[in-house]
Amino acid sequence: MYSVNYHRANSVADAVKTAETGDAKFLSGGMTLIPAMKTRLAAPSDLIDLAHIDELKGITISGRTVTIGAGTIHYDVATHAELKTLCPALSHLASHIGDPAVRHRGTIGGSVANNDPAADYPSALLAMGATIITNQREMAAEDFFTGLFETALEDGEIVTAVRFDVPEKAGYAKFPNPASRYAMTGVFVAKGEDGVRVAVTGAGDNGVFRSEPLEAALATSFDAKALEGLSVPSDSLMGDLHASPEYRANLIVVMAKRAVLAANG
Amino acid sequence: MGIEGIGARVVRKEDKRFITGGGRYVDDMVVPGMKHAAFVRSPYAHAEIDNIDLSKAKAMPGVIGILTGKELKADGIGNLICGWMIHSKDGTPMKMGAWSPLAVDKVRYVGDAVLIVVADTKSQARDAAEAVEITYKELDAVTQAADALLPGAPQIHAEAEDNLIFDWDLGDAAATEAAFARATNVVSLDIVNNRLVPNAMEPRAALGQYDKAEDHYTCWTTSQNPHVARLVMSAFYNVAPENKLRVIAPDVGGGFGSKIYIYPEEIVCLWASKKTGVPVKWVADRTESFLTDAHGRDHTTTAKMAFDQDHRILGLKVETKANLGAYMSLFSSATPTYLYATLLSGQYNIPAIHANVKAIYTNTAPVDAYRGAGRPEATFVLERLMETAARQLGVSPPELRRKNFVTSFPHQTPVIMCYDAGNFAASLDAALQEADYAGFGQRRAEAKTRGRLRGIGMSCYIEACGIAPSAAVGSLGAGVGLWESAEVRVNAVGTIEVLTGSHSHGQGHETTFAQLVSDRFGIPMEQVSIIHGDTDKVQMGMGTYGSRSGAVGMSAIVKALDKVEAKAKKIAAHMLEADESDIVIEDGALKVAGTDKTIPWFQVALAAYTAHNLPQGMEPGLKEGAFYDPSNFTFPAGCYICEVEIDPDTGKTAIVQFVAADDFGNIINPMIVEGQVHGGLAQGIGQALLEGTSYDTASGQLVTASYMDYTMPRADDLPSFLVSTTVTPCPGNPLGIKGCGEAGAIGSPPAVMNAITDALGHENITMPATPHKVWAAAMNH
Repeated sequence: MYSVNYHRANSVADAVKTAETGDAKFLSGGMTLIPAMKTRLAAPSDLIDLAHIDELKGITISGRTVTIGAGTIHYDVATHAELKTLCPALSHLASHIGDPAVRHRGTIGGSVANNDPAADYPSALLAMGATIITNQREMAAEDFFTGLFETALEDGEIVTAVRFDVPEKAGYAKFPNPASRYAMTGVFVAKGEDGVRVAVTGAGDNGVFRSEPLEAALATSFDAKALEGLSVPSDSLMGDLHASPEYRANLIVVMAKRAVLAANG
Repeated sequence: MGIEGIGARVVRKEDKRFITGGGRYVDDMVVPGMKHAAFVRSPYAHAEIDNIDLSKAKAMPGVIGILTGKELKADGIGNLICGWMIHSKDGTPMKMGAWSPLAVDKVRYVGDAVLIVVADTKSQARDAAEAVEITYKELDAVTQAADALLPGAPQIHAEAEDNLIFDWDLGDAAATEAAFARATNVVSLDIVNNRLVPNAMEPRAALGQYDKAEDHYTCWTTSQNPHVARLVMSAFYNVAPENKLRVIAPDVGGGFGSKIYIYPEEIVCLWASKKTGVPVKWVADRTESFLTDAHGRDHTTTAKMAFDQDHRILGLKVETKANLGAYMSLFSSATPTYLYATLLSGQYNIPAIHANVKAIYTNTAPVDAYRGAGRPEATFVLERLMETAARQLGVSPPELRRKNFVTSFPHQTPVIMCYDAGNFAASLDAALQEADYAGFGQRRAEAKTRGRLRGIGMSCYIEACGIAPSAAVGSLGAGVGLWESAEVRVNAVGTIEVLTGSHSHGQGHETTFAQLVSDRFGIPMEQVSIIHGDTDKVQMGMGTYGSRSGAVGMSAIVKALDKVEAKAKKIAAHMLEADESDIVIEDGALKVAGTDKTIPWFQVALAAYTAHNLPQGMEPGLKEGAFYDPSNFTFPAGCYICEVEIDPDTGKTAIVQFVAADDFGNIINPMIVEGQVHGGLAQGIGQALLEGTSYDTASGQLVTASYMDYTMPRADDLPSFLVSTTVTPCPGNPLGIKGCGEAGAIGSPPAVMNAITDALGHENITMPATPHKVWAAAMNH
């Protein structure tokens, strides 16, 4: 790691102000940034630690509307009793991110802002039609996630919370990369008032995306059987040492079936 | 069996310090004035060094010195060597290219060390290393052994034409041809034994300290054999004469073979300490470990087995290409030859065997012995062949093996080894019963109802441990003898220190060796200390690898204990006014058999040192040393049965049952033995299912250079193992021990792959059987 100036922010405003100098980066859980810095692949001049900002933490539920502060750790999402009852798919997803150490340090805001193409949360937020709230504006998940590690965030803009209406049914299934245990393919399905939405992470060559063939099939019947014999195109999927685009295309359908089974309980 | 004696499940003495952060590793060592090193390494797989510009780097904060290969050569530091001479079948010696500890003109793999930077802090050393400007002329690279042999392939060393190091034969080619000519059936397989990265928990590290006043060097290093390190650094690398060089290998966090070898870094740190005038410490980061620790395996093999009409084996033909990487590591020539082809007879009567091994340079990390070292490769060839043969011949896999078992001992194989003892049917029967082999059909049918493909596979391995008889290995090309030494020092109060040439880096010697002493004299284990890993304390030793510390290291201790016991009995007889032959040792005392005359152990020890009343002419003191040179290898053997379930939708393989029935001879501590088997199985299953080392064939870059891409086995990849042992004592050493450190890694890969191919219904899959590969294999059938 190169030497770096560390700042502990005590409010979002304080963080934004501090970020105005140097080549600063915001630090939330640090689950991606710190390893990248340790291997000298990332070298910010300043780190602004958001982990101690109280206003970014916590889960609030109002009717079927859930708001999760950006600084909320995965463990808290996984174990929040009311959320678990209302939206077990999201709690299940959070309980399978990384390992216990990651889940006690990593945050939903960090995951969303980093937009790793193999991260779990983006698929849930996209499938549930969530709103990403920043210190400057609110955006639909569709508009927020723009590519590999790319988001609509501008300089000095910080994710402060995510908000969504809990769908009637939802389920998540992932096939982890054998080495990293990130999602090699993860599928989140949600059935709500606006129909069925299916979002895929870990597989797309431009990050998280919605699968139209799967949404169309499940709109007809929200049942795993509706996906029998279905295949999805592999031409915009990632290929690497662990999985070819064709294998990922297969996993998308298999994981979608399992997600639907989970959603239907 | 006492509570602490031989055969007792004693909790490991060393674990408390290991699991409470009390271990003392090389990185924990701090000496006055110590500074830190970073190595500048080649980013290219193959390139000429055109120019090195140090001007920017030297001006960086904290820099003490930056040293190059040219300066190293000018100071007379020698090239690294391979310590085992192999001759090709045409009689010519192996063609070893020069390996300079710091590259001078050319780099040959990604990670090749080019120069060392010494600075006040580790960070400053790294910063300055990044500021070094080297101009390279990139050359074409080759990473696969077969490709390196092709005409027009990049030439890696001038000394080895066509990158061929040796072309070596073992066995009788004519007799084998004749056997195949009269065969009823021939079974053939093309086999890949995948390259592995050792991944010891503790990365390699070195601390070199030059003492100007004494003109003396001390090297703390992560070594499995500090005395060999001293010998080689002194005799071949001209670092310092042995009397001026102390090597200390303190607590070492795993080796698996990769810490046998003497690497450039420890040599360079010692030399740099003298050049810069400060002690120099280097600790590898994980990336350096992936890039530069000697890798394991990497064989491609074509194998054929001939059977008669009764399904008896007539002959075996094996042709192997062994990828040795960019340089010949210390024992790299022995691993694919005398540690591999000599085990190709397996547990079977095979009248004729012929093996050919070509060792080949490539632009990859050096390859050397890794847990099992040659025997996993041999076992994989044989046991994949046997299972495949059973399927093709339409006979039961266990019964085909049983029919061909060696059943009388000693048994001379056609490939040098003479098996001294064994009972292969006993292991097979134990495993079949534990695995409920007969009930498999029902389990497979039940799995099918759940959409799972269930398969079963077995492996009957034999391996050679307790390396090795010095004269025998000398005649085969070894540059060293493979005996072991021990010294037993009884203190005046009866407590005991045992100095051993073995080195513990996870094996639990502090416990098992103490059990041996406790058992002999009836004193509590806490009164016995095991001392190892320091050339200033232990005079000479050959270290720990090849599962030799029990069979060879403990045998040396037994010899020393015999001498101590004989002297103690003389003293006791004198004090008790009895005949020496009537003295027995019981419950921590020496007694006159059949009487109530007794003297406690500590009083005998005290008498030896007060020397007030010793037998006429006896020297004071109670301390004895011994060297033990084994008369033969030992031959652990066993039967492993693996059962898998494959999810055909994803290709995910689950090991649902794994049975290991081993014969390790007599056992000192069953708990430690089980731990060794568990660890070995984890590594073997890791090789079969998870671990693949991948170089980009065009650029020679290591693709799997971190845990993001290199799949280490995790607890949830493994089942709860069903392990058991049968006992055929080894007749060749005083304790009847065979060795248990590598068996798990040797026997398990073929069992796993036999189970997977059984489930898939075809043989067309290679290790590691990743979900992607298994899915494709399931789809394409």
